[in-house]
Amino acid sequence: MSKVCIVFDRLRTEEKMLQKEAYNLGHDTLMLDAKITQVNTDSKKEDFDLGDVVLERCVSYFRGLHFTASLEFMDIPVLNKFEVANICGNKMFMTLLLKKNNIPTPKTYFSFSSESAAENLDKVGFPLVIKPVIGSWGRGVMPLKDKDAMEAVFEIRDITDSPHDRIYYLQELIQRPPRDIRVITAGDEPIAAMYRKSSGGFKTNIALGADPEICEITKEMEDMAVKASKAMGGGILGIDMMEDDERGLVVHEVNNTVEFKGLARVAQRNIPKEMIEFALKHVRK
Amino acid sequence: MNCPECDAILNIPDDASVGEIISCPDCGADFEISKKEGSNVELKQAETVGEDWGE
Repeated sequence: MSKVCIVFDRLRTEEKMLQKEAYNLGHDTLMLDAKITQVNTDSKKEDFDLGDVVLERCVSYFRGLHFTASLEFMDIPVLNKFEVANICGNKMFMTLLLKKNNIPTPKTYFSFSSESAAENLDKVGFPLVIKPVIGSWGRGVMPLKDKDAMEAVFEIRDITDSPHDRIYYLQELIQRPPRDIRVITAGDEPIAAMYRKSSGGFKTNIALGADPEICEITKEMEDMAVKASKAMGGGILGIDMMEDDERGLVVHEVNNTVEFKGLARVAQRNIPKEMIEFALKHVRK
Repeated sequence: MNCPECDAILNIPDDASVGEIISCPDCGADFEISKKEGSNVELKQAETVGEDWGE
């Protein structure tokens, strides 16, 4: 029997599903609330009974990332690894790494001030999609279709001026069917996929009401998901792809703390079970 | 137990766990279960959605 620790900051259906599947597999589980856990520079692995492996499942990216850093400091095995979480949590780092590994990804422009981003848009032309480098669920993702829209968005960013507002991540608008594909991988192996159909606008996030539909994993999707997972450093990931009318599949995002409750209801394979099995296999290597 | 915000009756399932969010059906306020021992449940104000929340 093994013991799996699930670190959370908001207990969602996914964390309870993971706990249940670990139990069904005959393993002990420990549910650990990151918000009330304390670590210091003298902390040692032996001070915590976190079992054989930790699954970091915080909904807050920064909380999860820093918690992971403290676990790795104590040599406690955690999924995903700090480096993977660090890269996947930042769209710019992730996009650069995808491109570096020759994985088809939408053309993306980076600027480091609103003036420079506006100058680039003047050169490249509209539309481009602006995305915050940190954040999820489609929040702050907007198509900039003309100069008026650009000026409005840039002005708001200049006013709020949070550190990440100074990074301008502008991406080509992909011509595609009104859906994208989410492939969940565990250890570089695709375990389930779904189409996420737009509920009207151009966004396809389930959190915004997009319709999930089971998707058969083609060889092309599998190859793309495996490559993207390997490029990020492996672990448990959610790889998002779009079907570009001309280029075929392009990977636009890799998610670190993947949500799966919708897909789990229709997937043939038991997603949380596969995640637990992979996590334990990973530490026994 | 009652909603700390509007006093409406909160329905907390028996199998609810610490860390889970309970929403008030009347005022919509979200509370996190901070302690649960049998039928004794303690709630605290749930965190609001942060810029870095998500997958």
